[in-house]
Amino acid sequence: MYRYDSYDQAMVDARVAEFRDQARRRLEGKLTEDQFKPLRLMNGLYLQLHAYMLRVAIPYGTLDARQMEMLADIADKYDRGYGHFTTRQNIQYNWIKLEDCADALADLATVEMHAIQTSGNCIRNISSDHFAGAAADEVVDPRPYAELMRQWSSFHPEFTYLPRKFKIAVIASEKDRAAMRLHDIGVRIVKNDAGEVGAQFYAGGGMGRTPMIAPLIRDFVPIDQFITYAEACLRVYNRYGRRDNKYKARIKILVHELGAGEYIRQVEEEFAHLLSVGVEPPTAELERIKAHFELPEPLRLPGQGAGTPLPSGGAAESGAPGQARGGAFDQWVKRNTHPHRHPEYVSAVISLKPAGGIPGDATSDQMRVVARLAREYSFDELRVMHTQNLLLPHVAITDLPAVYAALDEAGLGAANMDTIEDIIACPGLDYCSLANARSIPLAQRISERFAQTGRTSQVGELKLKISGCINACGHHHAGHIGILGVDKKGVENYQLSLGGSEAEDVALAKITGPGFDEDGVIAAVEKVTDVYLASRTAGERFLDTYRRIGMEPFKEALYG
Amino acid sequence: MSQNLGTSPDEVQFRFRDDEPVDHGTVTVDSALEQTNAAAVRIEPGDDARALLPFLDRLALIEVNFPGFGDGRGYSAARILREAGYAGELRAVGDVLIDQLSHMRRCGFDSFAPDKRLDEEDAARAFATWENVYQRAADARRTIPEKRHEA
Repeated sequence: MYRYDSYDQAMVDARVAEFRDQARRRLEGKLTEDQFKPLRLMNGLYLQLHAYMLRVAIPYGTLDARQMEMLADIADKYDRGYGHFTTRQNIQYNWIKLEDCADALADLATVEMHAIQTSGNCIRNISSDHFAGAAADEVVDPRPYAELMRQWSSFHPEFTYLPRKFKIAVIASEKDRAAMRLHDIGVRIVKNDAGEVGAQFYAGGGMGRTPMIAPLIRDFVPIDQFITYAEACLRVYNRYGRRDNKYKARIKILVHELGAGEYIRQVEEEFAHLLSVGVEPPTAELERIKAHFELPEPLRLPGQGAGTPLPSGGAAESGAPGQARGGAFDQWVKRNTHPHRHPEYVSAVISLKPAGGIPGDATSDQMRVVARLAREYSFDELRVMHTQNLLLPHVAITDLPAVYAALDEAGLGAANMDTIEDIIACPGLDYCSLANARSIPLAQRISERFAQTGRTSQVGELKLKISGCINACGHHHAGHIGILGVDKKGVENYQLSLGGSEAEDVALAKITGPGFDEDGVIAAVEKVTDVYLASRTAGERFLDTYRRIGMEPFKEALYG
Repeated sequence: MSQNLGTSPDEVQFRFRDDEPVDHGTVTVDSALEQTNAAAVRIEPGDDARALLPFLDRLALIEVNFPGFGDGRGYSAARILREAGYAGELRAVGDVLIDQLSHMRRCGFDSFAPDKRLDEEDAARAFATWENVYQRAADARRTIPEKRHEA
């Protein structure tokens, strides 16, 4: 994975010093809170309902054991012994004190980490496919391209006061595991017919109160013009994105109001101009970055059968002779592993969704267990998934029993990836000052209920996403089932929607009808799964059945 | 058009040029397009800086106004002017704050007339925040990627 050189380290150190100075000027009254706010936001410090929240960047979701241990130490030292992993592959601490913040940032800098641009109206941390570098189906590892963008976007002098926040995702496979088209810019690294690597750009996607799927704006940008094209996209947005209304300030509104065709025309004009100016980093830089992402030696040559899903019998056979294994282990292997490019390895998902738990939360002790497992079994590499889970990207199949046993002991062994228990939920009214309703208790009750009734495995893949307000941090528009919490005359009310997807079959969910109270929406989710179970044909996921039979049968069951 | 639109040389707090500052009427972009003798013009956030490109030769001062520090359109305006070869004074005026100085400098601003005078020491520190930079901009600084691959 990527390692800082002295330049990268100096940039992060300079940022810590700058933030310390800003905090001093704030305390001396030289900065008003209005003036300080964007500065602290660009250092990841956000004011929630009860306290400051610090959001630490985990670029493209990749980190090593040492870094995970530092995240655990920070949770103990400056917070309440836990952290929350987010849908953009970062971690948030919910109880940070303003006066501790510079020290926490300084600690992070010792392990090549930071909170730069994790909030504010700037280019945010670049996200990517959590299986990057391991997945059997990718064209190349997308992370070097994301790292190139990370450096370009860090302290970008022109794009620090954009109309609104700006999120970029980079993937390199047909399958979309990063909700790429729901980003302000989505990039897919591709190869053309001549075998040359280039970038496909989508722009103007997003969730929030006006969800939009990003249209394709360029099929192929030669890779030695990659940054120049991104700069053109941003410049058009910075100049013409709306600034009169913060709810209409995201790039999706600009692309929508101009029309994709006109936005493309303007970007192409700016792109041609910037090519003549010359803003692209030297091509040798991409090569330098790529070298950091070379797979560890034992993983380099995928043999025959690379990427074939693990046969269910095969998984049960794995492990050292004499090791205990049973139904739960088999279940976990079946649910929580993903094909690796090397046939003797898999990527193993560490669920942060125990039934009845808080989605995405991990204690400092759990973080340390995960770090140890990464060191012992996954070439010192870890990932944060956009589904608010963690991942050991490179695990030998023979090590799976040992990995599972350790996870299970730490309360991290839930076998529920992509099931109805694997709920994405925003912090909601328990933490967030914007929320209208609680998300976490609802997620807890739903996962507990489905776990108790044993229906989780019966239903199979079903992505449930919960947001506590229309800002949609819980991605409810993209849920196979989405739940949106609203305030109805002082009472929490939940709107149900069906048919969304954040994947390559991207779609926005549609509202079923009138909302429900908390008990009512849990019953409604069960009814919806009743309809699915009664109507599905062999091999159909919930989403497939919904697409085939449409909304009516579900409405009938809910309101008929 | 108002003759008092622009800032005067005494309102300039930081200037990174050796030539004599222009000290006469500053006009709006619209007026500049009509008035062929205007040598100083002021860009507001909604103005298209590119409208000035045909007249850059006759301009000695371009002010870019920041009515609120959070409106970043002026950063693009500045770079666009420098990319087009504008070599005259480029002045950031209005709600210009300490923590914007280094980025503005990188976008091509070479003089600063903040509404409220800034603390000299804090400003000096701010101008020097970044010993190195990642990306190309309107300044001539060699970037980190370029330095990494210097022969």
